[in-house]
Amino acid sequence: MDALKQRNSNSIQEQIAENKRSKKSLLITEKTIPLFLLFCAAISVLTTIGIIFTLLRESFTFFSDVSIIDFFTGMHWSPWTGKFGVFPLISGTLLVTFIAACVALPLGVASAIFLSEYAGENTRKIIKPVLEVLAGIPTVVYGYFALTFVTPILMKLVPGIEIFNALSAGIVVGIMIVPMVASLSEDAMSAVPKSLREGALALGATRLETTTKVVIPAALSGIIASIVLALSRAIGETMIVTIAAGASPNLTFNPAESIQTLTAFIVQGATGDTTYGSTIYYSIYAVGITLFIFTFIMNLISQYVSRKFREDY
Amino acid sequence: MSNNNNRSRLKRRVWKNQLFKSLFFLATMIGLVFLALLMYRVLNQGLGYLNIDFIKNFPAPYPDKAGMFAGIMGSVFLMLLIAPISIILGVSTALYLEKYAPKNRFTRFIQVNVQNLAGVPSIVFGLLGLTFFVYFFQFGYTLIAGVFTMSLLILPVIVVAAQEAIRSVPKELSEASIAMGATKWQTIWRIVLPASIPGILTGSILALSRAIGETAPLIIVGAATAIYTIPDSLLAKYTAMPIQIFNWTSRPQEEWQYVAGAGIIVLLIILLLMNAVAVWIRNKFQNRY
Repeated sequence: MDALKQRNSNSIQEQIAENKRSKKSLLITEKTIPLFLLFCAAISVLTTIGIIFTLLRESFTFFSDVSIIDFFTGMHWSPWTGKFGVFPLISGTLLVTFIAACVALPLGVASAIFLSEYAGENTRKIIKPVLEVLAGIPTVVYGYFALTFVTPILMKLVPGIEIFNALSAGIVVGIMIVPMVASLSEDAMSAVPKSLREGALALGATRLETTTKVVIPAALSGIIASIVLALSRAIGETMIVTIAAGASPNLTFNPAESIQTLTAFIVQGATGDTTYGSTIYYSIYAVGITLFIFTFIMNLISQYVSRKFREDY
Repeated sequence: MSNNNNRSRLKRRVWKNQLFKSLFFLATMIGLVFLALLMYRVLNQGLGYLNIDFIKNFPAPYPDKAGMFAGIMGSVFLMLLIAPISIILGVSTALYLEKYAPKNRFTRFIQVNVQNLAGVPSIVFGLLGLTFFVYFFQFGYTLIAGVFTMSLLILPVIVVAAQEAIRSVPKELSEASIAMGATKWQTIWRIVLPASIPGILTGSILALSRAIGETAPLIIVGAATAIYTIPDSLLAKYTAMPIQIFNWTSRPQEEWQYVAGAGIIVLLIILLLMNAVAVWIRNKFQNRY
C-alpha cells in the first residue's frame, strides 16, 4: 500500500523512466538466462568430448610404446613384465558377461512375463518395487556377497574351483542386471495393446499361448533392447568382478578359474604402484577405450533396435 | 473319438499354461530370494560389529577397533557438494532442452548425447576425472576431484528426470501465465519450476543415492582408505563409505568380513533413508492437477 502511494506521488516522467528501467533489466534477464542454460547443456557435450579426448590422447601415448597390433591380438597380459596383449582381459570380460546373461535372461524375461501377463495389479505393485531394490544396491555390496557367500557355496558344489573365479562373479552380475531386464521388458510388454491379447484369448488361446505368440513378438524390440542394454551394463560392471573374479588375466573359458576383466584391470592399474607417465599408467586408458567402444556399440544397438523396430498400434 | 482327442489336447494346453505360470512365478521369486539372502547374510555378519564405536572411530589396524567415521563424513561431504553442482547443471540442461532449444540437429545431438552418457560405465568417468581433475587441473587425490567426477557421472540421470518433471507440467499453466503478460523466464521461474520441483527432487535424490553407493570412479580418482581426519577443505584427502567397505572386503582375514558387513549395514540404512524420502516426496506431491 505504501509502495503504491509512493509511486503515485512520483511524477509521470519518473514513472515512465522507472518502467523503462525495469523493462530493460527484464530484457537483460530474458536474454542472458537462455545463454546460461545453453552453457549448462553444453557441459554434458563437453563431458563426452572430454571422455573421448582423454581416452584417445592417453592411448596414443600408450601405442607409441606398444604396437597397436600386439595390443589387440596379443595373447598375454602381464603389464608388469611388459606384455600388453588385451585378449585375455576381453575373454575374461566376455566370460563373465556370458555367465551373467545365462542368469539374467531367463530370470529377467520370465519375471517380466509374470509381472505383465499373470500377476494381478496388487501383486505387481508389491513385487516390482522390491525387485527394483536389487538395482539400487551398491555393487561393492554385491561383490562382498559374491566373495563371502556365493563362492563358499560354489566351492562345495564345484570341485576344484578357485577362491576367485569367474562363475561366482558372473552369477552375481547376472542377478544385479535382472531388475533392469525385467523392468524394461515389462514396460515393453505392458505397452502391447489390450485388444491384441483379448483377441487371442477370445479365440481360445491360453495365457501362455497369448504371451508367446502375440505379446512377446509384439514387444520383441523392447525386450531385445533391454537385454542388450543390460549386457552392456554387465560389461562395464567393475566392483563385483574386482572383488570376486580375481586378478589373473588368464586366457581361459573355464568359469571355475580366476580371470581378470577390462574393468578390474583398470582398478588394479590405477591403485597399484603405478607411477604417473609409465607405460602401465597409459595402459589403463588403452583398456578403458576398449571397454568404452564395447559398451558404446551395445548402447547404440539397444537404441537402434528400440527405435527401428518399435511397432505402432 | 475326435471329441475326446480335443478334450485331452485342451487339458494339455491348460496344464502347460499352469506349469509355465508357476515357472514364471518361481523365476520372479529367485530374484527376491536372492535379495533376502543378501540381507540376511549382511545382517548376520555385520550386526555383531555394529555399535556406537564403529560409527565414531577412525580406521584401525585391528578389526574390533575399526570404525567408519571417516567414510561416513566423507560421503556426507561428497553428497553436500555433489548435490548443488549436479542439480543446477542438470535442471538447467533440462530447462534448455525442454523450453528454449530450437528443434534442430544440435538439440537432438545434445539429447542423444545425454542418453549415451548415461550408458557409459562409471569407471570410464573415473578415467576422465583422473586425467582432468587429478592431473590437468592438478587437484590431486582430493575431495574436489571426487566431487566433480561424481557430479558429471550422475548429471545425465538428473537431466532425464528433470526433463520428465518439466514436461509433465500442464501447458495450460504456462499459457495462462504468458497470457497475463509474464515473460518466458518469469513463467518458467514462477510457474513451471515450482510445479516440477517434486519430480526433480525425487529424481535427484535417487541419482545422489547412486553416487553414494558408487565405488569404482572414486577409487580411480584416488579416494584414500586410511584417513584419520575428516576433510577440512576442498583440497583435503578424503574417503567414502563404499571405499572403506571395499578395502575391508579385500583383506584376507575373516574378521574383516564382519567389519565390512557392519559397514554395509550403515551404507544400506543411509541409502534406504534417501530412497524413503524420495518415495515420500513423490507420493506427497503427485497428481496435483
